[in-house]
Amino acid sequence: MAQAYSEIVLDHFKNPRNVGEISDADGIGEVGNPMCGDIMNVFIKVDGDRISDIKFKTFGCGAAIAVSSMITEMAKGKTLDEAMKISNKDVAVALGGLPPNKLHCSNLGADALHSAIKNYYDRKAGKVRILDTGREEHITSREAQACYCPYCEKRVEEESPFCIFCGKEMPHEHDH
Amino acid sequence: MGLIFLDHLAGTPLHPKVKEAMIHHMETVFGNPSSDHQIGQPAAQALEKARGQVAVLINAQPQEIIFNSGGTEGNNHAIKGVAIGMREKGRHIIASNIEHKSVLNSLRTLRLLDYKVTSLDVDHYGLVDPAAVEKAITSDTILISIQLANNEIGTLEPIVDIAKIAQKHKVIMHTDAVAATGIIPVDVKELGVNLLSLAANQFYGPPGTGALYVRKGTPVWPLLDGGVQEGKRRAGTENLISIVGMGAAAEMARLEMPERLPRLKAMKERLAKGLLERIPEIRVNGHPTRCLPHLLSVSVEYVEGESLMLMMDDDDVVVATRSACASGSLRASHVLIGTGLDFATAQGTLVFTLGKDNTDADIDRVLEIMPGVVQNLRNMSPLYKKAH
Repeated sequence: MAQAYSEIVLDHFKNPRNVGEISDADGIGEVGNPMCGDIMNVFIKVDGDRISDIKFKTFGCGAAIAVSSMITEMAKGKTLDEAMKISNKDVAVALGGLPPNKLHCSNLGADALHSAIKNYYDRKAGKVRILDTGREEHITSREAQACYCPYCEKRVEEESPFCIFCGKEMPHEHDH
Repeated sequence: MGLIFLDHLAGTPLHPKVKEAMIHHMETVFGNPSSDHQIGQPAAQALEKARGQVAVLINAQPQEIIFNSGGTEGNNHAIKGVAIGMREKGRHIIASNIEHKSVLNSLRTLRLLDYKVTSLDVDHYGLVDPAAVEKAITSDTILISIQLANNEIGTLEPIVDIAKIAQKHKVIMHTDAVAATGIIPVDVKELGVNLLSLAANQFYGPPGTGALYVRKGTPVWPLLDGGVQEGKRRAGTENLISIVGMGAAAEMARLEMPERLPRLKAMKERLAKGLLERIPEIRVNGHPTRCLPHLLSVSVEYVEGESLMLMMDDDDVVVATRSACASGSLRASHVLIGTGLDFATAQGTLVFTLGKDNTDADIDRVLEIMPGVVQNLRNMSPLYKKAH
């Protein structure tokens, strides 16, 4: 299936902005896991109530890298409140849209940014989260991948286009 | 430097002789092979000529070749056709975990119809153990379907041994030989199989055209019901222009194979060796010797395959992340996970499939640009820093 990325996505993918880490970051956000295919880290520096600097590191597909780059551009210079209001949809729109099966990548960007801001507040409140131990790995075995219809809860074949019991179309983990 | 195409598994360009044969056919013949009049007869002759050309490529009889729309149809037909044809004898089928989606999803459909499926694990090279196949056979088993060559990692399965076991237990043996036929010598008698799927776009023929070899006497019910075309096994007016192209492609594959094979092997070796030398923390997937001569699958640690593919594409090197059929799904490849690779490493996989028109200069260009692309993505990757 062709992905058909927009020009903006390709530009941000090929020339990503704000790649890297901030060694004395005020907040760090990390979301994703290798099973989904994407991991994103966001580092922010806060000056007063504004994001004065922001950098990212991402393991992921073209869309994930473009989303990471775009969200750092969008958040830079914004107040923390404004940055918290940047939604997944805003990122996708700013990128000129994403292919339907890549829309979930835009969730990653906003989630990572919001998680970095929360981390900043937590640190300020004295609750320092240690990322490496606090991180949850969502790795399941093949046996755990049995598929159930969300409407009638019957066991269905993996990747079924629709449920043969109730006839409803089956949404899949990564199709949305 | 122009575009370097290294994704021949997704489809090959037409061989000039194939194009020539198809154009000649288009200009001279338009009849329906089923018509007994003087317009139909040249069409029937063209169809039978192509059938003969494909039969010779795999050492079959012409009447054992059923033309169809490609590998997916051949696999669907073999599996569902035997399931229906043998339904009074049994309802159990054996396959492996790393079969092509057209096999796995045909089995998915049969499970809905109360057939039982045993899907066998493979080892780290992707090899199926013939002893495990024999152990899985029950009195209810009607079919074993194991691919000849895996389309993602290139591993060649021990089909000769498995077919012997099938024969011993009077079970029908199908092999999906799409990735192998036209590339390496494929001989249905030597393999000992009852059914074998092949596709023209793997050997410089037109896409959307293939064939199923059905050994005489194999009970395969039609997948498409209708008229008496293709020996009553595949109804519908034949896709004759493409079939003529497939015939010519089969002939060229047979004639040129002795020249193509050593060149492909040498280029693949040069590519594998060069990548291993130039890029740290990279692994070659599949079996080191029992493998397709034109396919190289590598997994690059700490980076994701699609971004790697897109960056290479930007430098005019066209490769695949995994089989093109699977690229719409975002899950890690079932084949790579089946061989025991972890999810993160499986995500960083590129599949190079070389073709007859590639040159050493193409390989050198890949070796020149890929290390930089990998390093660029690794510098961006949160997994890389953690490990170093």
